[in-house]
Amino acid sequence: MRTSRARPLLTRRTRRRLAADAALLAVAAAFAVPLAWLVLSSLDTEATLRVRVPGSPSLDNFSAVLTDEITFTPMLNSLVLCGSATALTVACAALAAYPLSRYRSRFSRPYLLTVLFSTCLPITAVMVPVYALFVQVNLIDTVYGTALFLAASQLPFAIWLMKNFMDGIPRVLEEAAWTDGASWFQTLWRVILPLTGPGVTVVTIYTFAIMWGNFFVPFLLLLSPEQLPASVSIFTFFGNYGAIAFGQLAAFSILYSTPVVLLYVLISRRLGGGFALGGAVKG
Amino acid sequence: MSRAAPTTTAYGTAGRGARPRRTALLRWSPLAPATVLLLLFLAGPIGYCVYIAFTDMQLTGQESASFVGLDNFRHAFGDPAFLNAVVLTLVFTLISSILGQNTLGLALAALMRRASRPVRTVTGAVVLTAWVLPEIVAGFLLYTFFERRGTLNAILDWLHLPSQNWLFTLPILAVSFANVWRGTAFSMLIYSAALSEIPQEVAESAEVDGASGRQRLWHVTLPMIRRSIGTNLMLNTLQTLSVFGLIWAMTRGGPGSRSQTLPVFMYDQAFLKSLIGYGTAVALLLLVVGALFSVVYLRLLREEV
Repeated sequence: MRTSRARPLLTRRTRRRLAADAALLAVAAAFAVPLAWLVLSSLDTEATLRVRVPGSPSLDNFSAVLTDEITFTPMLNSLVLCGSATALTVACAALAAYPLSRYRSRFSRPYLLTVLFSTCLPITAVMVPVYALFVQVNLIDTVYGTALFLAASQLPFAIWLMKNFMDGIPRVLEEAAWTDGASWFQTLWRVILPLTGPGVTVVTIYTFAIMWGNFFVPFLLLLSPEQLPASVSIFTFFGNYGAIAFGQLAAFSILYSTPVVLLYVLISRRLGGGFALGGAVKG
Repeated sequence: MSRAAPTTTAYGTAGRGARPRRTALLRWSPLAPATVLLLLFLAGPIGYCVYIAFTDMQLTGQESASFVGLDNFRHAFGDPAFLNAVVLTLVFTLISSILGQNTLGLALAALMRRASRPVRTVTGAVVLTAWVLPEIVAGFLLYTFFERRGTLNAILDWLHLPSQNWLFTLPILAVSFANVWRGTAFSMLIYSAALSEIPQEVAESAEVDGASGRQRLWHVTLPMIRRSIGTNLMLNTLQTLSVFGLIWAMTRGGPGSRSQTLPVFMYDQAFLKSLIGYGTAVALLLLVVGALFSVVYLRLLREEV
């Protein structure tokens, strides 16, 4: 089809491609500058605020921050906080998505619309009353309280995603299970969840990654330093030593970011880019 | 059990007659944990938010809060600091979400369809990395970029252009660009998906008819992806309205209050000035704006379904 076209068009196409390449590379370069600072400074013991190639690259910054106090405790706190909250979110979302995807009733549509509506609410705005409420009921500065709130805040989106995934599973399979006398729980556990595997993985990873990066919620709800997750401790670290040790700050930022970056790579491998998530958001 | 159960049962008995009440109840019981969690930790705080927005609750040194009616709101609309925050939030949203993320995301998605594969992969990876990094890390990175002794000024010096103390002279612009850096990938993903759904023939026939690039964009491409534009603008704006960590890490709302958007203002009033009631009133306004956007978004989706 293309070869049958006149030659000049082809060259125009090439020209256009080169122009697009140039424009994209310019944008990519601009976006890459802060990332370059992150990588180069982490290898530079005398890092400043500017991007520069380290005189003698070393891993000293990493060994300086790899201590209990700076890295291991906060990362472990993050893992416990976000891990438990994710488990709760995914379990509740999988349970809730099943009837919403399978049964029709007068209230399932309003319920779904409410869920979708709360997906969009700015959670930041709820944080002041949540703080006040947590003080009243003595949940302030508790990891489980914070985890419960984190779980609830991510739940609407998780339900929505999970329901969309479940909608894609043919009903024939569970009808067979029902005829064999399986209960809804057995059907969900033995038939639906294994089939929704990729969907559950995506929801789990996505929820975990969002929580891992969340700063405002633990920043407000957790107070004692030994309970702070990495997202908040990095802030105290920066406030206290950052002005002197930019290299260490960069090294710690890399350590803290690596898990989420890896997880995103994992989902995008599974779904061919973040496009599926974009599609899920679109409805 | 969820509040919804009786409705279902009624429906079940009326609709199918023979179906026992218990089955319907059992069927919907998996909804219970999620509903309880959402009611306790999401609906609860929102309800509480509405309540304390009308009280003079403070963080410390107060026996009990008393009902003050609309005082907090009246106070807000006469408070220059609040109006400043509203204006800054509008500027921040306009620059970073509507002009920045949205336009740049569309441009990137469109260019990527023409570009060669390696360039597309590299650009995609860089832009997505900026999106994936935790908010606080992004805040630090952009802080070092815009700081007086930071990279941006180094580049400007190198180009023999006048340097600026960006975080001091134009803090709202700096944080807006930071938000563009962080959020463009999302728009890019949405628009990539939307553009790939435009049938090839449509674009080609327009080209054969001699439509210029700009004409094709305006008369063919944009009308065909208008739903995605709506969705994207809505979600971007909602996300931008609640940005806190990024601004807090870069400027803490300063210098003075020159990058104090509504979430930062809310935090400042509620926790640094201990005026929980007033801070919540501001939060409620933010929530209402967010809710309005959500409703519009739902309308858009409903049209699509």
